[in-house]
Amino acid sequence: MLKVLKPGFYSTIQDFGRFGFRNYGVPVSGFMDAYSAQFANLLLGNDMDSALIEMTMIGGEFQFTKPTTMVISGAVMNTKLNNSLVKQNEVIGVEKNDIISFGKTKTGFRTYLAIKDGFKTNEVLESQSQYSPITEFNTISKGDTLEYVSYDSSYNASKASVKFDDSVVLSDILEVYKGPEFNKLSTELKTQLINSELKVSKYNNRMAYQLEPLLKNNLESILTSPVLQGTVQLTPKGNLIVLMRDCQTTGGYPRVLQLTEKSINVLSQKTTGNIINLRLKG
Amino acid sequence: MSYNLKFSRYGERAILIEWPEIIDEKILKDILNFKNSIKNYIIKQKVEIINTYNSILINYNLTIDNINDEISSLKTIYNEQNEVESTNASIWEIPVCYNTDFGQDLEDFSNQKKLSKSEIIELHSNEIYTVYFIGFLPGFLYLGGLHPKLYLDRKSTPNLNIKKGSVAIGGQQTGIYPQNSPGGWHIIGRTPIELFVPSQNPPCFIKAGDKVKFRPIEESEYLDIENRMSKSAYQLKPIKQNA
Repeated sequence: MLKVLKPGFYSTIQDFGRFGFRNYGVPVSGFMDAYSAQFANLLLGNDMDSALIEMTMIGGEFQFTKPTTMVISGAVMNTKLNNSLVKQNEVIGVEKNDIISFGKTKTGFRTYLAIKDGFKTNEVLESQSQYSPITEFNTISKGDTLEYVSYDSSYNASKASVKFDDSVVLSDILEVYKGPEFNKLSTELKTQLINSELKVSKYNNRMAYQLEPLLKNNLESILTSPVLQGTVQLTPKGNLIVLMRDCQTTGGYPRVLQLTEKSINVLSQKTTGNIINLRLKG
Repeated sequence: MSYNLKFSRYGERAILIEWPEIIDEKILKDILNFKNSIKNYIIKQKVEIINTYNSILINYNLTIDNINDEISSLKTIYNEQNEVESTNASIWEIPVCYNTDFGQDLEDFSNQKKLSKSEIIELHSNEIYTVYFIGFLPGFLYLGGLHPKLYLDRKSTPNLNIKKGSVAIGGQQTGIYPQNSPGGWHIIGRTPIELFVPSQNPPCFIKAGDKVKFRPIEESEYLDIENRMSKSAYQLKPIKQNA
């Protein structure tokens, strides 16, 4: 098992999330930056939805009790294995009692620790993704022990060379489709929305990211309707809210834009004060 | 009855189908009927189909290859489907204790609406409500049918800790909080019934299209049901099936 010595700022177990339970009001959850998480699983030869640890801003410290292989992906956290710096996006063997410790992100906001065959934590409604009260806790905590199957630490499944596309961390462009209520916006507001530079507000988490500045809005609320991960809502006060992985299943604010899957990953790597630009697709 | 529907792409993996923007039981019936037809049509791919008052959202687990083909197939299904008379809807009677300990806003509600507590309880528990869909929180039922005498705008300052099971009124709606949560509705009672149990699959025994009635109970019965629920020795049965 993996012992959690320090959990970090906000660390959770994630897989691809809960598919098929939204009609009971259950959020999908899952990897925030699905690209980086799946890249790590790919290098290890895992199923793409194998459960891993998602760390936010400040990483944790963990001790392995069995040999295995691991991959670190996503934002760079100045990671050390037994006090020596280790590289990201490559398969690294670990031995019994090895300690891995993560620092603070400089560029990007979320880092993934994946191991061979994934962590074997409890599955609730067909997913291991943490979201209280579906799962008991929202995050992992100091003293937790996460089960895994031991593995030959010298084994490297990835013979082919695959390169990590770091635009997921570096890009400031979010590609968007028109949302269901886009055409109800005034021409002025449409132009303003697409061409202005937006800033990530301090209200950003796994549920939603608010963007600044406030826009002058002419739209009323709508009858409560379905929303998706990546839906951009515009509140009557003019707040832009981008729904993220843990978002509610329905909402009453006009859905003006919809982020592409890739752009949800890009936004997941942003934090308070980061600047982003929207680009309208087809 | 057939409506003029709007089909549109919603992102890379979803199709949104919209009915006129009103709350209406005939629309709900049409939505649930179409939802069923879609389920029978899409069997090869993993999809999620959810509904709200006036929409169906079909969420595919992969990018949709040809959106126009998919939409035209869906249109054909809608136009050729049979109207189903019998449904598998159930009627549930949910026990609610309307005492002022559980219904912390009942007193205030009574003053604001100039109705006695027993009038409020009677108006609230006489109605049969329709479940339009589940959303907002896991297991939160969107119910239609609140008596207009009980309409009251949401509180201006939300309550930060509403207890699980609280039965509340907000605007023209009534509902049950399935978990502890903040909220701006007026709390008038509490049910000991667990509406959402994540360890069960499906986690929610009530579904869209079902009907719900509230049955006033004394605190002693509340405590008895709560006790039995905690030992998994109580299961709510519908008072009517295939209603």
